[in-house]
Amino acid sequence: MMTTATTLSHATLSHLDWLESEAIHIMREVAGQCSNPVLLFSGGKDSICMLRIAEKAFRPGRFPFPLMHIDTGHNYREVIDFRDRRAAELGERLIVRSVEESMARGTVVLKSPDEPRNKHQSVTLLEAIEEFGFDACIGGARRDEEKARAKERIFSFRDEFGQWDPKNQRPELWDLYNARSFKGENIRVFPISNWTEIDVWQYIERENLALPSIYFAHWRPIVRRHGGILPVTEVTPPRAGEAVVTLQVRFRTVGDITCTAPVESSAGSVAAIIAETATTTITERGATRLDDQTSDASMEQRKKEGYF
Amino acid sequence: MSAIETLPLENVPDNGLLRFLTCGSVDDGKSTLIGRLLYDSKTILADTLHAIKRSSEKRGLQVVDLSLLTDGLQAEREQGITIDVAYRYFTTGTRKYIIADAPGHEQYTRNMVTAASTADLAIILIDARKGVLTQTRRHSYLAHLLGIPHVVVAVNKMDLVGHSAEVFEGIRRDYLAFAGTLGIGDVRFLPMSALHGDMIVERGDGLTWYDGPTLFEILESTTAVHSAHAEKFRFPVQYVCRPQGAANPELHDYRGFMGRVESGEVAVGDAVTVLPSGHESRIKAIEVFGQSLPQAIAEQSVTLLLADEIDISRGDMIVKSGESPTVSKQIEAMLCWLSETPLDPRRKYLIRHTTRDSKAMLAGIAYRLDINSLEQQPAERLAINDIARVGFKLAQPLFVDPYADSRGTGAFIVIDESTNATVGAGMIL
Repeated sequence: MMTTATTLSHATLSHLDWLESEAIHIMREVAGQCSNPVLLFSGGKDSICMLRIAEKAFRPGRFPFPLMHIDTGHNYREVIDFRDRRAAELGERLIVRSVEESMARGTVVLKSPDEPRNKHQSVTLLEAIEEFGFDACIGGARRDEEKARAKERIFSFRDEFGQWDPKNQRPELWDLYNARSFKGENIRVFPISNWTEIDVWQYIERENLALPSIYFAHWRPIVRRHGGILPVTEVTPPRAGEAVVTLQVRFRTVGDITCTAPVESSAGSVAAIIAETATTTITERGATRLDDQTSDASMEQRKKEGYF
Repeated sequence: MSAIETLPLENVPDNGLLRFLTCGSVDDGKSTLIGRLLYDSKTILADTLHAIKRSSEKRGLQVVDLSLLTDGLQAEREQGITIDVAYRYFTTGTRKYIIADAPGHEQYTRNMVTAASTADLAIILIDARKGVLTQTRRHSYLAHLLGIPHVVVAVNKMDLVGHSAEVFEGIRRDYLAFAGTLGIGDVRFLPMSALHGDMIVERGDGLTWYDGPTLFEILESTTAVHSAHAEKFRFPVQYVCRPQGAANPELHDYRGFMGRVESGEVAVGDAVTVLPSGHESRIKAIEVFGQSLPQAIAEQSVTLLLADEIDISRGDMIVKSGESPTVSKQIEAMLCWLSETPLDPRRKYLIRHTTRDSKAMLAGIAYRLDINSLEQQPAERLAINDIARVGFKLAQPLFVDPYADSRGTGAFIVIDESTNATVGAGMIL
């Protein structure tokens, strides 16, 4: 099956051109409809694509929004350095707000000091939204990441508590987006909703986008726990009796250190990563996000609580 | 097809992207069909498969239920039904596909309308044992109303009717009898068994009498919406780029009109007219991120520069001179009401059409359509899931084409300004 490829004669956009064009259109709608949007930039691969899309949408002008990162304080140095360098190269304003500030304020209370901080980003994000009065947050989430996301709108309405109500979403038809909100409410916008992990990697390759080094194969001390690979770092020390070994790995997602695990890989280039991604047998989040496995509905639960 | 073929190989054509919609209920095997497409295209990965195996066992099922792949939300799993449109993705190496999975229940007409609005093709599922049902008529009418150019009628569960060619032919006859009355054009019929995977990716061995294409072959060879006919150029302006404060003095007079080509194409040098002002100019340049393009085609996001200095803002439209759409403060449309709060004829609403908004008042309801019987009935108000022919009076002129000619400039949404909710979807006649 599928050995003889059909070539359709008419002029159409390639799938990457189509996805890019859709994302540009969405960003321009945000700029046209919202008075004070912000683009969330973490230094991760999806948000790196988002910056290229923003360049294509708005250059030679400046971006009509600042960049913002909600820092858990548990990020890899390479990613934070990359984040700062990229924002400076673009000449755009970068706002950083950290979960540790929320902890100092007492609005985030950890159950234990080494608890994953991903879910606490919601609190800090909502505080930053209030501080700056943002009416829209543009993020790089994709529908293929998780089944709750598969049903979320591209323009996703959040109430004053940042909550997503999956049963009460605004119908979204054609390319007519409704970004209207009242004061205190917020719209989350996902321009690359329709992209898959392989689309992201193909786009990175085509656009020749730079990435933080930890996306590529490197040697790293790790322990094996519950059948997975866990990096050994200051915030994730080995447990008693665990053997630390050095393994060649790369990260498929880069988030909070305590809940982002690498995969064993020797892929040192984007092309090698695309080859690996096309033949992989484990989903992106399944392999590397320790916080989604708690229950079937863990992402849905976090989104209802205001998570991105 | 194996996963390795999803690699972006050299010399493999890129046929872009096709969006399709599956209509039917869980009973028709819709979720199984989607699960089968994802499974056979190797899109389902080991951990997802493991998760649905676990869920299948928890429910006491003997076999892995592929339909579990597509029911996403906790509330849906609790009730065993699908609430909302879900989007799924797979690729064949030559084409990327986006599936809009719309629930089949009667009360979710609005979800099907939502899913259909962006689809190039609709798969309408029929249970071979049950034949053409009321819901088949409803789905077919909505697919037609939303202007989906290609329809595949998939007669599923052929294994349960002994793979009978006679049953299939009977259903085809019944379907064509009512499709003719709707004016549905391109319809193809396909016998299949989603459970066994027959005629989806593989031909299987139960349907040897059928010599037409498999579902995959149909999908791979279907043309996307904008290739069907010669279209008029429509460019709603989304955003104006004026980088006056830029360090580069050459940019001080730069005025870029940013948007996406809704239909047709445009080339450098073309004579254009700007609406609503009616001013004329020529395309001086077409740009994306510092790169100059000779032309732009439908669905491409670009920046247009004009030869003359004209005041243009968001909500204006650039068209080719001599190809103007209708400029009107009154529209006639088919309207689907999407809100729990009924349409109130005394209230003012906001209509969003392309990048343009206008206040609107209902001028009248010609009739409400019973989408099961397709009977026209008089109506004073419209409730959720109602479809009606209506007229609107507008505060601002819109630049419209009939929806049947151009989805991009024939579609609008209705917004309730008191809640900001999207309450209606309209197709201009």
